[in-house]
Amino acid sequence: MILISCPWCGTRDQTEFHYGGDATPVRPAPGDADEAAWFDYVHIRDNPRGPHRELWFHAFGCRQWLEVTRDTATHEVLATRFAGPAAASEGAAS
Amino acid sequence: MQRYSVFSLVGRALFDHAGWEPAWRRATLKPTYDVVVIGGGGHGLATAYYLLANHGVRRVAVIEKGWVGGGNVGRNTTVFRSNYLLEENIRFYEHALKLWEGLTERLNFNLMVSQRGCLMLACSLGEMNALRRRGNMMRLAGTDAEYLSGDEVRREVPNVVGEDEGLWPIYGGLMQRRAGTIRHDAVAWGLARGASALGADIVEDCEVTDFLFEGERIAGVKTTRGDVSAGRVVLATAGSCTLLAKKAGVRLPIESHLLQAFVSEGLKPLVDTVIVWGGPGHFYISQSDKGGLVFGGDLDGYNSYAQRGNLPLVEDVISAGLGLMPNLSRVRLLRHWGGIMDMTMDGSPIIGAAPVDGLILNVGWCYGGFKAIPAGGWLAAHHAATGAPHELAPPFALDRFARGRLLDETGNGPVPNRQ
Repeated sequence: MILISCPWCGTRDQTEFHYGGDATPVRPAPGDADEAAWFDYVHIRDNPRGPHRELWFHAFGCRQWLEVTRDTATHEVLATRFAGPAAASEGAAS
Repeated sequence: MQRYSVFSLVGRALFDHAGWEPAWRRATLKPTYDVVVIGGGGHGLATAYYLLANHGVRRVAVIEKGWVGGGNVGRNTTVFRSNYLLEENIRFYEHALKLWEGLTERLNFNLMVSQRGCLMLACSLGEMNALRRRGNMMRLAGTDAEYLSGDEVRREVPNVVGEDEGLWPIYGGLMQRRAGTIRHDAVAWGLARGASALGADIVEDCEVTDFLFEGERIAGVKTTRGDVSAGRVVLATAGSCTLLAKKAGVRLPIESHLLQAFVSEGLKPLVDTVIVWGGPGHFYISQSDKGGLVFGGDLDGYNSYAQRGNLPLVEDVISAGLGLMPNLSRVRLLRHWGGIMDMTMDGSPIIGAAPVDGLILNVGWCYGGFKAIPAGGWLAAHHAATGAPHELAPPFALDRFARGRLLDETGNGPVPNRQ
């Protein structure tokens, strides 16, 4: 069982969460017409063996999106914060 | 190579089984090959076998990090079938199915191919319509499909829930009679033996650590047992293909995910076909020759290289199984295991040239790699030997993602954990 520390709700089972995928791809600006950038954003992933920044949705809790850093080789959760701009996340967590 | 037959078996049995040779040679790595195949799993060994058998390529090496049969070829639920929805997929998996039908004789190795059928179940008219559409596509593409009513399903597999039982009574089904199961270890051993007998060097306990470049072109591999130069390199690894491809400068549209499978204690005959239930829960089950029920379900759903799963998915799969076959409730689980699936962005594999010269890809098998072994090897060998794709291969090329020509069997879009 993976245990995820939600900044609002505390440490909870993975079954309360919904996996939202890799958190690192950055969506190109809406007017960006560069096909290569869109292709990278939609299809290409780093897929690291080791620490992986990823999104989890606390569906059966506070219903907030979290950014979890988790080791893909050991399943160990290394860090958790609210997804989105860092400043807003820290403000909400305190 | 020693040929196996009833006479050789009886003959050796009379002399206490003395004189059996190892099934394949323990080769040492040479400095130069025509083709080097990275990965001694099903696809790597099949690629090597068909390079020699179909194309007469003489100097072939298979380089395996662990041991033959230690990867996903020995960690699956042993099912083969071609009951897909998209025409390109049906034609490709049908090619594999036809090759399986004759591979035992061709390899002179008993793969225990059992064409016991694969029955997909529907719980509602809507699901049955989807299965009929699939069946129509299969028939149009030239494979066999048979539509069953709910009563016909219960006659074929009496242990599934009845018409008035359970939350999801079975409404109907789609049967492919030529599908079935194969002894998975025998596939690895038989192909290794066949390839080795034709002259391939199978080098175990040897890891490819990097590629050798000649200008822009890949000209060989660096391994833990020294450098090897090669005319062409075929990448046929599972689980770690993105990590190796990155060393060749190729970024793949693949995430590594975790799939668990299960075997129960041995039971008397209970399921004589392969049942696939894709309705409210996802569950597939067959019974091995030893009597164990072999079953599985969905991916765990998050990126993982761990080769071991978590308990929530165990509960999920088993509760789906009990919803379908309530009489399994007291069956004890003997063992279960997890494997790494290279999940592509559309759920279909990648076969063909990499964007770097000299490298051929046979990767991204999601969780359908086992059934495709002979066809994947056939197509990769064709490309490595002739330099051009086989006629079935273009839909599986890597550039389909950039061109928007996805082979999205489930229609889920670019979400690897939902394929």
